[in-house]
Amino acid sequence: MTRLYVARNTSAAARALGEETMVMSAADSTLFTLNEVASIIWEAADGVTPLDEIVADKICAHYDVTPEVALKDAEALVNGLAEHGILVLSDQPLAASCR
Amino acid sequence: MQEMAARALERNIPLSVQLDLTYRCNERCIHCYLDHEDHGEMSTAEIKDLLDQMAAAGVFFLTLSGGEIFLRRDFFEILEHARARTFCIKLKTNGIMIREADAARLRDLGVESVQISIYSHRPEIHDAITEARGSLQRSIHAIRLLREQGIHVDMANVLMTHNARDYDGVKALAVELGAQFLLDPTVTPMMDGDRSILKLNVDEAKLREVFHDESIAGNVEELCAPPHRPGEEDLDSLPCSAGHTACYVSPYGDVYPCVQFPLPSGNVRRTKFIDIWRHSPQLNEVRSIRLRDMPSCSQCIHGATCTRCPGLAYLEGNMRGPSSQDCEKSYARTGVPSENLKKRKAARPLVQLVQIQGLQHGLNERPLRDLHPAQ
Repeated sequence: MTRLYVARNTSAAARALGEETMVMSAADSTLFTLNEVASIIWEAADGVTPLDEIVADKICAHYDVTPEVALKDAEALVNGLAEHGILVLSDQPLAASCR
Repeated sequence: MQEMAARALERNIPLSVQLDLTYRCNERCIHCYLDHEDHGEMSTAEIKDLLDQMAAAGVFFLTLSGGEIFLRRDFFEILEHARARTFCIKLKTNGIMIREADAARLRDLGVESVQISIYSHRPEIHDAITEARGSLQRSIHAIRLLREQGIHVDMANVLMTHNARDYDGVKALAVELGAQFLLDPTVTPMMDGDRSILKLNVDEAKLREVFHDESIAGNVEELCAPPHRPGEEDLDSLPCSAGHTACYVSPYGDVYPCVQFPLPSGNVRRTKFIDIWRHSPQLNEVRSIRLRDMPSCSQCIHGATCTRCPGLAYLEGNMRGPSSQDCEKSYARTGVPSENLKKRKAARPLVQLVQIQGLQHGLNERPLRDLHPAQ
């Protein structure tokens, strides 16, 4: 199985606001508000931890959701953010210089 | 965005800060509200520490302005530090020091937008306002360089007597350059309270023209709709974000509710930013004011829809009072005088009213004759 690695783009602006996170794309100035669960994925997107591991450890362990459903939702989220240049996705671990 | 602002307000978070890095400038704009002498700017280390504090306090939108920000030799060092703290960064500059490599660096640092003031599409007008020969050409060159890098550029046009006829030309220039055109119809008093530059403001007829120009104002019907008396909900509304979710920090570390609201509220060289934000008696006083606390505005028919600036009211002597410049704007939009305008009119003998019209005309005449050759 191919694993998906996600990293925060260093040019994206972000700030936690309570349990939510405001994120703005430097590419197109789109502003997103990430809810509590999406914020957990954002915080954990270090480029070296695979998405399925983030979902298992940080989400399924704390929320009442199956790994399959959580991973599907997480993939939709990271793909959406990657389209705006907010996250960088790869099937290999990402070095800090690539983000 | 409104939702985020509401949540920030609920949690007392300073969502937006304008930080002026310097008041020094390489232009001498005739309408500028600043004293350009350096009275002891914060050092690089002080600014970096402040940025750390602001990030920890929850500041998201950071505007770096001046003065001319590129006059600081440590500008890119400051910007890199701000980038690492993941602010959403906007720059205000005249752009005349921006070179190709600088524009590329700004792109790499993820600057969200750059605002550059263009006063006229005609060099003889723009350069006369900035008192810097060749400044229009250089600012336009900077806009081109920034756009080539894909950076969003706001082209700000402050409307005043000298360039009152030129906003269409500036707007066309913005379209040509791929920049966003912004029109500001208000010249504001200097930060020290000197009101002499207000004579540069355009007259009521020009304001009316601008507010009724669909290409500038957008939905004219809505903007210029007849006013209605404020309801109970309006009376409990907040005047604006100044001091509520936004504030301003000067190059000397002084904190104010807004760049246009020079109420000294603390200094980050003496007190932590978050402590000023949370505990400054001045900021807390600003936060306590609702429309119902304003004797004149709460009774005014424009109360619910006025763009009243509390900073301009403060500069007029009372932060709970009206801002006459906004009263004039409300009148220009709707043709209905505000309570304040009615009182001012009643308080003055007729001869003075005639004099105001004559004076405005006289102010228009002299600079326009100097700047606009007969066509």
